Formats: sequence, C-alpha cells, structure tokens
Amino acid sequence: MSGILVIAEQRRGELRPVSLELVSAAQGLRRAGEEVAVAVLSDSPQRFVGPLSMAGVDEILTVTTPAAEFDTDTFESAVGALIAQRAPDVILVAHSVDSFGYAAALAARLGLGFATDVFDARRIDGELVATRGGYGQKVNVEVDFPGRSTVLLAIRGNVFKAPESTATPKVTVFDAPEGKSRSTGREFIELSAGDDVDMTAAEFILTIGRGIGEEAKVPQFRELADAIGATLGCSRPIADAGWLPKSRQVGQSGKTAGACKLYIAMGVSGAIQHLAGMKHVSTIVAVNTDAEASIFGVAKYGIVGDIFEIAEQLRTHF
Amino acid sequence: MKILVAVKQVAALDEDFEMRDDGRDVEPDFLLRDLNEWDDFSLEEAVKIKEAPPAPAPAPAPVEVVVVSVGADEVDESLRKCLAKGADRALRVWDAAIEGSDSIAIARVLAAVAKREAPDMLFAGVQSSDQSFASTGIATAAFLGWPHAAVVSNLSYAPGAKSAVFRRELEGGLLHEVEIQCPAVLTIQLGINTPRYASLRSIKQAAAKPIEVLSLADLGLGSADVGEAGSLSRVRRMYVPDKGRAQLIAGDVAQQAARLAEIIKEFKGAAA
Ligand SMILES: Cc1cc2nc3c(=O)[nH]c(=O)nc-3n(C[C@H](O)[C@H](O)[C@H](O)COP(=O)(O)OP(=O)(O)OC[C@H]3O[C@@H](n4cnc5c(N)ncnc54)[C@H](O)[C@@H]3O)c2cc1C
Ligand SMILES: Nc1ncnc2c1ncn2[C@@H]1O[C@H](COP(=O)(O)O)[C@@H](O)[C@H]1O
Repeated sequence: MSGILVIAEQRRGELRPVSLELVSAAQGLRRAGEEVAVAVLSDSPQRFVGPLSMAGVDEILTVTTPAAEFDTDTFESAVGALIAQRAPDVILVAHSVDSFGYAAALAARLGLGFATDVFDARRIDGELVATRGGYGQKVNVEVDFPGRSTVLLAIRGNVFKAPESTATPKVTVFDAPEGKSRSTGREFIELSAGDDVDMTAAEFILTIGRGIGEEAKVPQFRELADAIGATLGCSRPIADAGWLPKSRQVGQSGKTAGACKLYIAMGVSGAIQHLAGMKHVSTIVAVNTDAEASIFGVAKYGIVGDIFEIAEQLRTHF
Repeated sequence: MKILVAVKQVAALDEDFEMRDDGRDVEPDFLLRDLNEWDDFSLEEAVKIKEAPPAPAPAPAPVEVVVVSVGADEVDESLRKCLAKGADRALRVWDAAIEGSDSIAIARVLAAVAKREAPDMLFAGVQSSDQSFASTGIATAAFLGWPHAAVVSNLSYAPGAKSAVFRRELEGGLLHEVEIQCPAVLTIQLGINTPRYASLRSIKQAAAKPIEVLSLADLGLGSADVGEAGSLSRVRRMYVPDKGRAQLIAGDVAQQAARLAEIIKEFKGAAA
C-alpha cells in the first residue's frame, strides 16, 4: 500500500474548491517518496486537468463516467476500481453532500479504515490519526484505524488552504469498469431568491438562531435589525420552520455572508454547517447563554447571556 | 407494506462534565439524551406516507411504520416518543458487545434488522447531532446491497412503488432531482416536512405499547461483528479543545449591550 488518492469534486462543469483543499490535506500525510494522485470523474474529465494542475499534485487520473454529474453507484464502482488498481494507503474525499452518498458504502464494502468530518490528520509514530468533533463540536475526538492498511478520510471543507502555485502533473486516463446505476439524476433546481435581500452582499448581518424559541419573537428582532441598520439573517431551523424566508439562511445549504464585515449571531450554537457561511467574517459577535457554545470558537467578541435581555438593552442605544 | 426508520438517541453534554477514566469518552452521567433531530423528520416522512390518502384501485396494502434503534435501555424513552408520533412498532437491539461500535458496526446491526423485517423502504437521518458521522444510513445500504441516496428532501414515494423521486439538497441551496429504484435507503434532511407534536393521548398510549428487544444472536450476528472488532475506526482520545476563545464582554446586561452598541457604531463610522 502506497500513495495518496484524492477524489476531486466537480459540479456542473466547475471544479469545487474543496478539491484543492484535499490536495493540501494530502501533503501532511505523504510519506517520503509517496505520490499524490487526484482522480476526477466526469463525462468529460479532461476539462478539469487545467484547474487541477496545482502544486502538490503528482498525477491526475481522468475517469470518464456515463453521466455528467455525481451518481452514487457510478462513484462507488469507479473509486472502488481505482483503489483496487492503485492500492493507495490513504484516500481523501470531501465531507460533502456527494460523499455522504457513497463514501461510507465504499468503506463498509471494502473494509477500509474510515472517518468523516476530519479536520486534522497526521501520522503519530507511523500510525494515521484523524481528529474530528464530538458532542456537537464541544470536544475533539482522535481516532485511529488498527489493522487497516487502507484508510478513507472525509475531510471538512474550509480547513486546509488550497495550493496557490501551479504545476504540471502527469495525466493518466483510467478506464473504470462500466457500472450499473440504480438511480438517475435529472435536473438541478436553483433556490429562487424569492425575497428582498441578497445575504451575499450584506455588509452587516444580525442573525437569529433557534435560541429565539418561537415565531412570535421574530418581529422584535426584525425591528432591531432595522434600527441598527443590519440585514436580518437566520440559521437553518428558523428557515425550515418558515419563520424567515430560506433566502435569509446563512450556511452550507444557504447563503455565504461573502461581503459581511460585522456579523452578530444571537442564539446560534455554531454548527459547522452554519459556520461554513460566516466564519470568515472579520468581526463576529456571538450572544449565547451557553458559555461552551462552539460559536464562541470563531467569534471575536462573545457575550454569555440572554438574547432577549441584550436585544432590549441594545435597542435603547439606537 | 412497511417503512423501517432507524432512529438514534443522541447525547448532549451537561454544563459541567467529566471525562471517563480511560479518556476516550465522557462519563455517561453527564450526558443529556434526546431523539436525534433528523430522526424527527424521517419518522414524520414515513408517517406522512402512511397517512397519505390511498391511491385509486387496486387498493394498496396498509403501511406499517417500524422504528429501530441500537442502544441500551435508556433508548426506550426515545422509541416511546416515536410511538407517540405515529410509529406502529418499535424495536431495540442491544448487547454489551455493541459498546464502542462506530457508525459502520451500527450499520451492520441495522442491516441485519432490515433483513429480518424486509421493509419496502428504509429511512435514516442525514447525521446525528452529537457525533455527526453522516454515514450510518449509507453504510447500512451497503450491507444490504440496496440503492441509496443522502440528504434527501422533497420526497415523492407511493407505498410499494418501484421507484421514488426526490431532491438531493446540495451545497449553496442547489437541489438535484434524482429517481431511485426501491427498496432503497434514504437519509432524510432537516426541513423536509414539519414534524408533529405528540398529543397527550398518544403519549399515554405509547407508554403502554411494548418495545421488542433483540439480541445479536436474534439477528444472526456475533460479538466480532460489532464493537471495536466490527468497526473501521477506534477512538483513541477525547478532549476539550483549547479553542481560540472569543474575547468575552464583561459586565451586567446594560454594560454588555452598551459595548455591543459601541462595536456597531464603530463599524458604521468606519463604513461611512
Ligand atoms: C447537509 C447539511 C446542511 C446544513 N446547512 C445548514 C445551513 O446552511 N445553515 C445552518 O444554520 N444550519 C445548517 N445545517 C444544520 C446545522 O447542523 C444545525 O442543525 C443548525 O445550524 C443549528 O441551528 P441553531 O444554532 O440556530 O440551533 P441550535 O443548535 O439548537 O442552537 C441554539 C442555540 O441558542 C442558544 N440559546 C437558547 N436560548 C437562548 C437565549 N435565550 N439566549 C441566548 N442563547 C440562547 C443555545 O444555547 C444554543 O447554543 C445543515 C445540516 C446539514 C446536515
Ligand atoms: N444507534 C443507532 N440506532 C439506530 N439508528 C442509528 C443509530 N446511530 C445512527 N443511526 C441512524 O443514522 C443516522 C445518522 O447518524 P450518523 O451516521 O451516526 O451521524 C441517524 O439519524 C439514524 O437514522
């Protein structure tokens, strides 16, 4: 067993940025003389050779699939065939919606060492050790893989920094066996704006989370946001409950607060999927009754306290 | 016609907690338990399918919703919650050897239950709120050899149908419509429906319903199939990370709010 196999992600003709983050994650695991090969699966994989020709990539494996987009069975059989031929000691995939669909099945079927949502991976005395979160990200959990010569890790996004310089890796065509697929991908549906605001353009956001408790409390925070000149955003449960439109949801499956400079999170615990949309903001203020809430891990300022009391007092200043 | 719903009782940390002596988990006395949030949605989805008005002739067979959880006695409380919210039957699998199982070993047990129950569809949650493996459901499908899909929303499935159509919820709010052959394992996403509250009457009725408890032997499994031996990873160490802590704003509520107002005004001054 030798070498690191990275599975790139593409969607609708674009390489997903996390693909290159995986290349960086691979560097820390590479043993002397080991190569990093990146496989890309698509109906026209050649188009990704350019974007994947980055420092740290030794080889690009192009795998032509029948469908243009991700398909569970296709990925499982093609990546399985790659593992059989290449015998890598580590396989890296993104901890993403696509990988949720097949990585665990592959690991279970092949008996690979396996860990998901990994944000740190290193060798300690030659043994691969991966770190992930536990109990709602309040503790770190170190896992190892006794007796497993091949380990599949699903790596958290936005942790490793993508390489910036280019390279000229060798390109190899990999012929995956024609697999039978039991599902058919149809069209993509874009979340319609359906609302007045563009969260991605807002510079100042006040976000409410499940801490607000009930729908009847929404108007007072809407009023507060107006008074302080912020755009009102929310975490997922608020949008799922229909208390605010989906277009105001910040996070992995919602919007990224791309232009935001000041982000006030009230009653938000700081789940990684929420952080995915806002943790880059330079000034984050978190208000939460739970001093251990993970939102305090990314916030610049923290107030351990009740959002209703803080909101009421804050209102008197505007 | 049957839908099997895998449900997990998750654990949250109590305010002050202690680690176990071996440093590999939290002392169980400091854990607050509840049904995984995702499972509320997958159970509701199954119950909705059960309650959907019957299609025109030929009359379909009635739908039975069975919930299953792998865990010790305390899990009965969560199973009763499911019974109160519309599940017809509850199963629990436990054996001391299951202790220390990762999501793959749990999946092996769930697959054995599915083989025994032979459902037409199996639902799991996308992930658990405590350990966030996001892998148990899909690994179960692998052991069954069934078609599978993750992060499912907008499901349209008629009981007993040969295929189902749903939308995979991708990053950035993008949806991908997919048709899948059944029986299948689907991991259900938050927000797919609006989970109901259990009525007092149904809570009372659920308290009287039996929960069937199965052992590994009942499922044709042995201790090597579960625990560390049956897992693909092992916890070495659990610890409280030294997070880059936020600068805490001190004082009483009025002082804290005043400081926050200052931060906002500074920002607006700078932005203006
Ligand atoms: C594939 C996938 C995609 C997802 N996408 C997103 C996404 O885009 N955006 C998103 O937000 N989530 C997303 N989630 C869900 C995410 O995992 C969490 O469930 C969610 O972010 C939790 O929202 P919350 O912090 O508001 O609620 P909770 O986690 O319930 O936190 C509520 C917080 O409020 C605090 N609180 C309670 N009362 C008060 C009070 N009176 N004063 C102060 N604090 C109080 C509590 O201490 C707690 O910390 C996604 C999940 C998955 C699996
Ligand atoms: N012990 C368990 N018993 C039954 N179902 C489980 C168990 N653990 C996980 N699951 C299922 O897997 C889903 C996702 O959990 P996980 O993969 O552990 O993050 C849960 O929502 C359940 O449907």
